[in-house]
Amino acid sequence: MEHAETAGNKIVFSVWFGLLGLTVLEVILAYRQLPLETMLSILMVLSVIKAALIIAYFMHLRYEQPSLFVTLIPALVFILIMMTVIFADSSRLAHMRSLVQ
Amino acid sequence: MWLFIVSDAITFSAVIFAYGYLRLAAAAWPRPFEAPSIANAAVMTFVLLSSSVAMVLAVRASSLGKVSGAVGWLVATALGGVVFDILHIHEWLGLIGEGVRPFHNPWGTPMFGAAFFTMTGLHMLHVTIGVVYLLVIAVGFGRKKFSAADVEVSGLYWHFVDLVWMFIFPLVYLLSAKTT
Repeated sequence: MEHAETAGNKIVFSVWFGLLGLTVLEVILAYRQLPLETMLSILMVLSVIKAALIIAYFMHLRYEQPSLFVTLIPALVFILIMMTVIFADSSRLAHMRSLVQ
Repeated sequence: MWLFIVSDAITFSAVIFAYGYLRLAAAAWPRPFEAPSIANAAVMTFVLLSSSVAMVLAVRASSLGKVSGAVGWLVATALGGVVFDILHIHEWLGLIGEGVRPFHNPWGTPMFGAAFFTMTGLHMLHVTIGVVYLLVIAVGFGRKKFSAADVEVSGLYWHFVDLVWMFIFPLVYLLSAKTT
């Protein structure tokens, strides 16, 4: 848990403003008439950016040993990718429902 | 704490993926959140993000050995969590008043209620536990029973709860905003 340097005030408050700005952007986007898939993609990219900012600066992973990052993040990303297998079945259900109706 | 956070992240991801599964498989998904609900959720996001900044300041004060500063910022962080919970419960009561139940709601697609209450409820539980955790740490650090490292670890937990909301807010609220 020892670390020589952490984010200074300037960085912390810039990150805070950045996160608030991205949130406002998301709310504005919610009222644009975009297709659901496009909207989902944009919102998820913005959310991942926000999560990365929080992890890097507030949780100061950026200032830790690189080995901590390597231990935690790739495994998590891999598990998340593995979870997406369920969506094939989900769209199959939607397809079957449309056949019944 | 990092290991707990990764496992908790997987728990939340599973719930969020289940919501994605249900929403994709459903014929139609309700979009009940009117502008006041979205504004309320946006304010909740603001409160949570600001409490995270207070947490950063608490961790810094504790590592510099400033006991009263650290305790003050910890209490401020916990207060942010309480405000978040109050706003969220108000939102819940509004929806329940409109007739939303875990397996029934006025707009069809009965699973909407189950998905909504599970996701936001799990997150609200984390916030509530976080508030208790932070207050325990604040009291303990004030009495010198806990070290600066303990404050830092509680900070990791709090930032993680904040992080999860960054996904729940757009997925649950913004993608179900009533736009017309």
